[in-house]
Amino acid sequence: MRFEVQRLCKEFRGRNGVVHALEGVTFSAEEREFLCIVGPSGCGKTTLLKVIAGLLEPTSGQIIFSEDTVDGRPRSAMVFQEHGLFPWMTVLDNVAFGLEMQGVEQEERYDRARNFIEKVGLTPFGNSFPHELSVGMSQRVGIARAFVADAQMLLMDEPFGALDTQTRLVLQEELVRIWKEHQKLVVYVTHDIEEAILLGDRVCVMSGRPGRIREEILVPLHRPRDLSVRDIPEITEIKWHIWEMLEDEVRKSLWIPS
Amino acid sequence: MDTFVRDIPSQARWRLRSWLPMAIVVCTLLVWEWSVRSGWLSPLFFPAPSVVVLTIGRLVGSGELVVHARATLVRVVLGLVLGGVPGLLLGLAMGWWRPLREALDPLVAAAHPLPKIAVLPLIMIIFGIGESSKVVAVAVGTFFPMLINSMAGVRQISPIHFEVAKNYGASPFKVLTRVIVPGSLPLVLVGARLALNIALLFTIAIELVSAREGLGEMIWLAWQTLRTEELYASLAVIGALGVGFNLILQFSARRLVPWHAERED
Repeated sequence: MRFEVQRLCKEFRGRNGVVHALEGVTFSAEEREFLCIVGPSGCGKTTLLKVIAGLLEPTSGQIIFSEDTVDGRPRSAMVFQEHGLFPWMTVLDNVAFGLEMQGVEQEERYDRARNFIEKVGLTPFGNSFPHELSVGMSQRVGIARAFVADAQMLLMDEPFGALDTQTRLVLQEELVRIWKEHQKLVVYVTHDIEEAILLGDRVCVMSGRPGRIREEILVPLHRPRDLSVRDIPEITEIKWHIWEMLEDEVRKSLWIPS
Repeated sequence: MDTFVRDIPSQARWRLRSWLPMAIVVCTLLVWEWSVRSGWLSPLFFPAPSVVVLTIGRLVGSGELVVHARATLVRVVLGLVLGGVPGLLLGLAMGWWRPLREALDPLVAAAHPLPKIAVLPLIMIIFGIGESSKVVAVAVGTFFPMLINSMAGVRQISPIHFEVAKNYGASPFKVLTRVIVPGSLPLVLVGARLALNIALLFTIAIELVSAREGLGEMIWLAWQTLRTEELYASLAVIGALGVGFNLILQFSARRLVPWHAERED
């Protein structure tokens, strides 16, 4: 599964006129790749992800997918920032939700869901409700739900944004482990430059609103990676390079003169 | 040792909290009983609790109370079903489907604040003074709280949950059964509780005005014949009905909405 995004534009018409969320976004996502999209907050990252998922229609431009399903769209599974789990379903039912929508029989989908719940280490919580879990545990359930649905690509919208640094590091490692095992295309949106470099095969840097891709950067790192890569001079250089690009955007969005 | 020391006061506090309301009721009844017996309170206005209990026993024995209570119960339940179910369905539909909401919202907003009991004479003109007009009046009263709460119940579901469902390819039927119904359930149950209390209130009010059977009629008759002990007996039964209904609803809420009930505890 790969796809090409071509000159994608998205406008929202609101009471205060037209908001240009995306303007001419062009990039491609390759087979089995971990692609990170990094950008300042409010730059339209989430909008882009929702257009790729088919939750929003683009105003103009197109996305060409290498594989289709029946309705002309590949199946994607999205992991949301927070509160993506259904509070009225147990962990098991939440994880099995994608399979349930595909019409998989209860016994089979529970088996497959349990398998993934085990992979994220939450077996004792299969019958718990989301409000009984910590934020970190909830996001692991969200990741299990996305992987179990057997979608052609996974779309992640800052899934670890609300977590403390330590928890985030552990979960990033866990995510990469599961991703390697399943060899799926992951598009991962974040505002955290270091996270993008640590996770991604490639990093697309987005400008502030209206969002467009300013640069694509190949991360020259082997896996497994750990925190020590932060000290490699090349990586530090990339980090500063991205930060220089984003700094202006952040200042602009805050109305701070540079 | 530490936990042992800390546990005892908290347990004692819990016990006190659960027994205190009961103790207050018992004390009030005892003071009441004593006041009547010692002549402080007139038995004409405030018959002693023991007399009321005996009256209830007598009325149950003669079958009178059973007939009246049954008539009231039938009206409450029929009115609830005939008004609450359409209210629930229309409320869910209005919450889900925006064009319908926009079309009907002004109508609902205009009709809702009107005290529905005021429509009773009109209903009696249309449906006659028989049983059907009473049930229709109760149904009209229960329709609105059910409609407004189930609509609010759907609208407070986070848009993310609809997006998740759409993202995983949920059919409209699955959106209904897996998102809308469970997501709105906490507020639907609030609506059911309001509707139930209104149904009981309306039934009694209507029976006071026009009925040959029912607890409201019993109160009216007791007033006309100045049998205050029977008046109190009917009041006690009505109170018990209200408490019983609410207990059933509370219990089913805990069973139906485990993700909510636990959070409250």
